[in-house]
Amino acid sequence: MSSLTMGNRFGQNTSVQSSSNRPNTLTSGHRACQGCGEGLAARCAIDAAFTAAKGKIAVVNATGCLEVVSCSFPDNSWNVPWIHSLFGNTAAVASGVAAAFKNKGQTDVRVIAQGGDGGTTDIGMGCLSGMFDRNDDVLYICYDNQAYMNTGVQRSSATPALARTATTMPNSQYNGSDPETGKNVPDIAMAHGIPYVAVASVGNIHDLERKVAKAINIRGAKYIQIHCPCPLGWGFPTAETIRIARLALKSGMYPLFEAENGVLVGSTPIEDQIPVEEYLRVQKRFAHLFGKNAMPEDIGILQKIANRNIEKYRLGGM
Amino acid sequence: MLYQLEGSQAVARAIALCRPEVVCAYPITPQTHIVEGVGELVRSGQLENCQYLNVESEMAAISVAIGSEAAGVRSYTATSSQGLLYMMEAVYNASGLELPIVMTLGNRAIGAPLNIWNDHTDAMSARDAGWLMMFAENNQEAADLHIQAFKIAETVKCPIMVCMDGFILTHAYEKVDLPEQSEVDEFLPPYEPAFALNPKNPCAIGAMVPTTEFMEVRYLAHLRQLEAKTVIEKVGREFSARFKRNSGGLIRTYHTEGAETIIVAMGSVLGSIKDTVDDLNRASGCNKYGVMSVVSYRPFPDEQIREALRNAKRVIVVEKAFALGHGGILSREIELALKGLDIEIITVIAGLGGRVITKTMLSEVFQKPKDKLIFLGLREDVIRQEYKTVLDERRV
Amino acid sequence: MSKPFATVVEPKTSLNNKTGSWRTVRPEYVHRLPPCNVTCPAGENIQQWLSLAQEGKFFEAWQEMVKNNPFPATMGRVCYHTCEKVCNRGQYDGSVNINLIERSIGDMAIAKGWSFEKSNAHSDKKVLIVGSGPSGLTAAYFLKKFGYNVDLFESHKYLGGMMRYGVPKYRLPRHVLDAEIKRIQDSGVNIICNKKVENLKDELVNYDAVYLAIGASVASSVNIDVESKAIVMSAIDLFQKMEDDSNDLPNLGKSVVVYGGGNTAIDAARTALRLGAEDVKIVYRRTINNMPAHETEIQDALSEGIEILCLRTISSINGKKVILDKMDYDEENGILSRSGKNEMIVADSVIFAIGQAVECSFLQGIEGISVSEKGLIDVDNCMMTGLKGVFAGGDAILGKRTVTHAIGYGKKAAKCIDAFLQGRDYVPNSKNEVANFKKLNTEYYKKDERKEVSRLGNLDFEEKDVSYSNNEIIQEAMRCFSCGNCFHCDNCYSYCPDNAIIKHEDGTLEINYDYCKGCGICASECPCGAIKMTV
Repeated sequence: MSSLTMGNRFGQNTSVQSSSNRPNTLTSGHRACQGCGEGLAARCAIDAAFTAAKGKIAVVNATGCLEVVSCSFPDNSWNVPWIHSLFGNTAAVASGVAAAFKNKGQTDVRVIAQGGDGGTTDIGMGCLSGMFDRNDDVLYICYDNQAYMNTGVQRSSATPALARTATTMPNSQYNGSDPETGKNVPDIAMAHGIPYVAVASVGNIHDLERKVAKAINIRGAKYIQIHCPCPLGWGFPTAETIRIARLALKSGMYPLFEAENGVLVGSTPIEDQIPVEEYLRVQKRFAHLFGKNAMPEDIGILQKIANRNIEKYRLGGM
Repeated sequence: MLYQLEGSQAVARAIALCRPEVVCAYPITPQTHIVEGVGELVRSGQLENCQYLNVESEMAAISVAIGSEAAGVRSYTATSSQGLLYMMEAVYNASGLELPIVMTLGNRAIGAPLNIWNDHTDAMSARDAGWLMMFAENNQEAADLHIQAFKIAETVKCPIMVCMDGFILTHAYEKVDLPEQSEVDEFLPPYEPAFALNPKNPCAIGAMVPTTEFMEVRYLAHLRQLEAKTVIEKVGREFSARFKRNSGGLIRTYHTEGAETIIVAMGSVLGSIKDTVDDLNRASGCNKYGVMSVVSYRPFPDEQIREALRNAKRVIVVEKAFALGHGGILSREIELALKGLDIEIITVIAGLGGRVITKTMLSEVFQKPKDKLIFLGLREDVIRQEYKTVLDERRV
Repeated sequence: MSKPFATVVEPKTSLNNKTGSWRTVRPEYVHRLPPCNVTCPAGENIQQWLSLAQEGKFFEAWQEMVKNNPFPATMGRVCYHTCEKVCNRGQYDGSVNINLIERSIGDMAIAKGWSFEKSNAHSDKKVLIVGSGPSGLTAAYFLKKFGYNVDLFESHKYLGGMMRYGVPKYRLPRHVLDAEIKRIQDSGVNIICNKKVENLKDELVNYDAVYLAIGASVASSVNIDVESKAIVMSAIDLFQKMEDDSNDLPNLGKSVVVYGGGNTAIDAARTALRLGAEDVKIVYRRTINNMPAHETEIQDALSEGIEILCLRTISSINGKKVILDKMDYDEENGILSRSGKNEMIVADSVIFAIGQAVECSFLQGIEGISVSEKGLIDVDNCMMTGLKGVFAGGDAILGKRTVTHAIGYGKKAAKCIDAFLQGRDYVPNSKNEVANFKKLNTEYYKKDERKEVSRLGNLDFEEKDVSYSNNEIIQEAMRCFSCGNCFHCDNCYSYCPDNAIIKHEDGTLEINYDYCKGCGICASECPCGAIKMTV
């Protein structure tokens, strides 16, 4: 009855996901962990793309959690043409797929590349940048769970400041991931001047679907980064995935925005901003910020990041 | 039709005759003239219906080809040396996915030390990558092998690397007979993939495969390579019949009948070797020396080699790469092919990093090989000086 | 051509991998009780009729209302809507205006002449109901529905009991009350007015069961020294006089003092204003926060200019002088004591509204029926008196005295009588767990303020028309959280990472335990708490 739910019996502002006819491009039987944000995000995104492209899509998948859980012989969860090549070459493979379809005169087949943050922001960065540079007709979707989850939660360049990972374990000398490190790939994508860049979240599926549908109909290179909480890697109960994503949005830790040709054109305003503490406290990867040896200024560092996001991406309203 | 062409241009035109639909390239010396050539043919419209992508690295180049081939179109790329190593992860991947990509390898040394000149170290690094590998002796064969390569690869469902020596072939002008488009079209039918990304008939390509099936997947790939021997021979025969010249096949022999010593080699050095052998035979008045060229290095035609060499007393393998700390690579494989036969095998490592190979040097080593393992033209004074230093500085 | 072995796989083969085996906890769709329904004294399924109203199905919504309460239009006016007090939305952005929706739909039913569904039940057994107040009429309505022959005796000239004699017209216009009573009458209840039961024993012979819904219509006596030139009367007498003789309204003078703190006191004070008084004071012994009257009633009274003198009792009335004792009240311990200070105010009339008692002298001497010290009829859990077949309810027994409670008693009495006549034990419906605020995920409810309408009208006996338009009914009903019951928002279906929820063509949902890994996202993201994780 409220337009904020995924569907409703009045059929107003319903999501693709709420439709009984949704394509289920990523079907049951996949091996993602309980409460996996990435698996959910992938189905939402690819279903939205599939719907927008009237079923004509091809998907290229980087090595990583999503790949191993969705397609491991003999179990393939995908219901779309799908290829997995390697960890770092996904964008380039997709460029090749797009070139092939273009040459066959089948530009109605929309090409999607997808991978985790490690496969995108680190090892796949070169190929991604090349794809952007050539403005290849590919939508690249990065499922950002902010560390290398498939290999056991090691730090990536998308790991947030101060977060604990297996390679940034806090101790008396160190305090999680160094706050002076990290890389903002949406900004980097924007700097390429590609037609469309967006940031989405499983905490806002309506927005996610809209952005994917919009991107799929744009010619040229597109980049969408989706925040996907990981219960195992971040340390929270499996039922809380969506809630954690929502807290990230509300605190400003994950700004939702979209940009066209390198220019910010829209952002999802935060209605009631919450202190970052509310987002951090519920995750074990930030537990050291609240423990006995916690430094009070640590939370301030993250609050500053959130505030900067709010200002930079105009989350207070455009 | 006969042309006076740079090797790279000849290959570029041969590629264009094969109507690839996606060509991607990242420049590396000495491969550059080939991809420049194909690019020009695409831009000028001589190669129609082809997407030409300038990519940002060799990893991207091979990956684009993986993508386009998986989407069901004939794809081509080229590289050399460091470039091959940079794309190596995807080189293995392409064969694992059974994608019949054709790639030219303009053979070059691998650094450090940086060196842009020819040897076969790059090719040897990919010998177990699951690709078919063929070595061109001259520019005519380089052009011909590419035309055959698409047919072989697409038949066997395995990518193929056509190796041609950097500079020595890529940058050398020779007479090359290039067929007409219609003739190539008759020889090489349009590509029909066994599987492809297709929204109407979706499948997943590149599944993770568990321990219970992995060995079978690898063994099946091995069987395909073995089967490729038949295909390579057949395609070679077909090519010869249609174009009236011998190119390709698994091996080629030159005056091996009755020869006591047979020289084995791959690539452009065969020209000098044949000249040398001709001189020696002419001088001795008998057919004491013969030559066998390995055209198909992968699959390795061990039976054919054994047959060709079985009556020799001595086999001298001249190769442009070697396994450090061990010795010859090709010679080791020849030795295995000849196992049980009473044949002396001499390994001659030659031409590393473009080191000149003269007929005089070859003549000398063919007649009086001083050792089982010879480094042709090695500057021993330098080694003596430098090796002494090494010994002096050694602590253990 | 054959596809490569193992590395190329057909689509959807993972359906063979039944990941349900991973599950350690399982989600289940449940029905939890919404607080509004739990607290409704009449036991209405408020949530259900709000849901129908959302769809614009007003007739169906009304039918749902009258499943439990035959007086929607009346209740939409006089019910103190505890439902709204406990409405979970109250903790969010304002409770749903349930009462006004009920009134609006109730009025629509009257305007459109909707009638009760004909009951096919039939029994030869006869039931007598004594009293036509909300409890009696409701019992009659249900017993008729159950198929019994129902006679209802009313001692007054008019029907309705306290709905008529206890609620002023400006709050409940008589045409509304009459229409709703007539609907019950039309359903086949045999009603006889001006008939007082003098001898219950005589009547028992003719009936298989009797329901005593005699109410509490006698003003409680007070021990105050009155030597007065002022008019001194009870509120109940005032109301009765105004009903039975509406052409001759009493003149209470300019200044009126009302004594008491309940809803009747408020009604009396506001009635006094409407009868022309200019200075109306309510005298109440405790603080304003302790007044039993409903908060909105107090507010309305204050808005109309009525003064409330708290912490005072009337000690004596002498002429027009009313002497007040000032009181001390120990809020913590609830101890009230005289402060020893006095105050004098002047009044033309003093109206007592300090409670009503049950007139049950006619029950004296009937074996089995006992009356408590407080003058209330004793009943057991099934509302039966000590005399088999004789039941009692409403204001005449121990319990809360509101019209809504009376309706609830009427319904329960009907069910108990039905059980008795069938020779069964009355078993109340088992109650599900309550869907309290903590069980909700309010993230999915858009902030949307309650559409408030002030019911405060002119200082006359006309009711202000405040009913919602059809569109407003829908909009306000849409605010319902549907606490504890699925409203088909599809969150569970949409969010399940494993597609383990099946959405059928008709929109119903089913958990596919073949694949459900038990992550619990469906339960967490269910806005209304209709999914429970169980071990």
